[in-house]
Amino acid sequence: MLIRCPWCGERDHAEYFYGGDATVKRPAENAGVQAWNDYVYLRDNPKGPHRELWQHQAGCREWLVVTRDTLTHDILGVEPVKGAAR
Amino acid sequence: MTRYSAFSLLRQTLRGHRGWDRAWRDPEPKRHYDVIIIGGGGHGLASAYYLAKLHGVRNVAVVEKGYLGSGNTGRNTTIVRSNYLIEPNAHFYEHSLKLWEGLSEDLNYNVMFSQRGVLNLAHSDGQMDAAARRGNAMRLNGIDAELLDREQVRVMVPHLDFSEHARFPIFGGLYQPRGGTARHDAVAWGFARGASALGVDIIQNCEVKGIKRQGNRVLGVETSRGFIGAGKIGMAVAGNSSHVAAMAGLKLPIESHVLQAFVTEGLKPWIDTVVTYGVGHFYISQSDKGGLVLGGDIDGYNSYAQKGNLALIEHCMAAGMQILPSLSRTRILRHWGGVMDMSMDGSPIIAKTPIDNFYINGGWCYGGFKATPGSGWVFAHTIAHDKPHPINAEFTLERFAEGRAIDEKGGGPTPNVH
Repeated sequence: MLIRCPWCGERDHAEYFYGGDATVKRPAENAGVQAWNDYVYLRDNPKGPHRELWQHQAGCREWLVVTRDTLTHDILGVEPVKGAAR
Repeated sequence: MTRYSAFSLLRQTLRGHRGWDRAWRDPEPKRHYDVIIIGGGGHGLASAYYLAKLHGVRNVAVVEKGYLGSGNTGRNTTIVRSNYLIEPNAHFYEHSLKLWEGLSEDLNYNVMFSQRGVLNLAHSDGQMDAAARRGNAMRLNGIDAELLDREQVRVMVPHLDFSEHARFPIFGGLYQPRGGTARHDAVAWGFARGASALGVDIIQNCEVKGIKRQGNRVLGVETSRGFIGAGKIGMAVAGNSSHVAAMAGLKLPIESHVLQAFVTEGLKPWIDTVVTYGVGHFYISQSDKGGLVLGGDIDGYNSYAQKGNLALIEHCMAAGMQILPSLSRTRILRHWGGVMDMSMDGSPIIAKTPIDNFYINGGWCYGGFKATPGSGWVFAHTIAHDKPHPINAEFTLERFAEGRAIDEKGGGPTPNVH
């Protein structure tokens, strides 16, 4: 599986650290148990396109939002985490 | 159904093996069942078997999208053990191990359960302390455990790396003599045959496409073979739990990840126990056909692909080489991937759901095979009585929000580290 880093080019996924689902949003501190439970524990876990965080740990160390198909492992898009729609 | 015995084998031998019955019936789905189990793997079939056998619930269907055992039941490394530290896990897996010990007789089907022992290696004083602690906890819970020193391990598996050059020298290990391996397909087939004989309909090539819900109840399943009504529905589809639960409107504390496993060419008897590495994540045993069965970590990213990547293969083989240098001479014959329900605390969910008559059995991470009989046993109880058995009472969906996670490893809510 190759991920095209916007700065370093196409690199093997082993250079990256997986940071999980990029769509979960940290709630306000006083948002209540249910909102925090959703954030910490519950995941959509889709079969198909999945927006997820990867850090180019053995490269430029930037965090990226990668859209990847969990059924085929095809990489559908890579964008820097800054400015990415989350 | 023909009862299997030396006598029936002899009789069929004399007839040229032309008189064997089907092992289980292949019925058309009825319009309605008291209970539908989604998923025809070991867990679903065991659940149906125990529902019919122990709870008198015989109007049951198991619906399976492919063929029996085509998911993780046929993709694991067949290890059975109960060497757990914390209470709910220890009691549950020990109950399961006790069922394994009588399973072939109970099912009248040889699941080839072989109590060849499970040896967890330790490579430092700290790991020896941890092994002693775990072993003591196990013995206090009535589970067998023996702490072995380096020489005792050497006698048991002399071809491990005991040289001066070992990067992580072997200090000893924790051994569970009653652990071992079983024939994974036979477990699915044995439970299917047993359940079918008790009246359970096993419906293969029948994919659940939707779950019909009215208010806080489920009414049945939309399948590739039409709608089937149900009084209660239990799902046992680990790997795809999020996908199926979403059909009923539930979101789960689970991510799906891919785990790879490997079998080498057949060798003469080489390892007569199950060995796990204490530094890397690596486990190995030898099948009755002679192939070494081995595996390691999950790949670490969400996946439903049933295939993995090369980085993990290299990592797994490197770990194997560190403890068993002679492994370098063997050739890998086959390798494959399975999709794991990785739960947020590394423990399963076997419970009622917020929907009145819908039950979940999932979140098995990569430890589901050894749980098969115990999982079916407690899930059948949970469905039949609409409340969990004391053994699975803590494996709830609500434990996360309530702050009562069952985190054997202490990994926190990061599914890919459990």
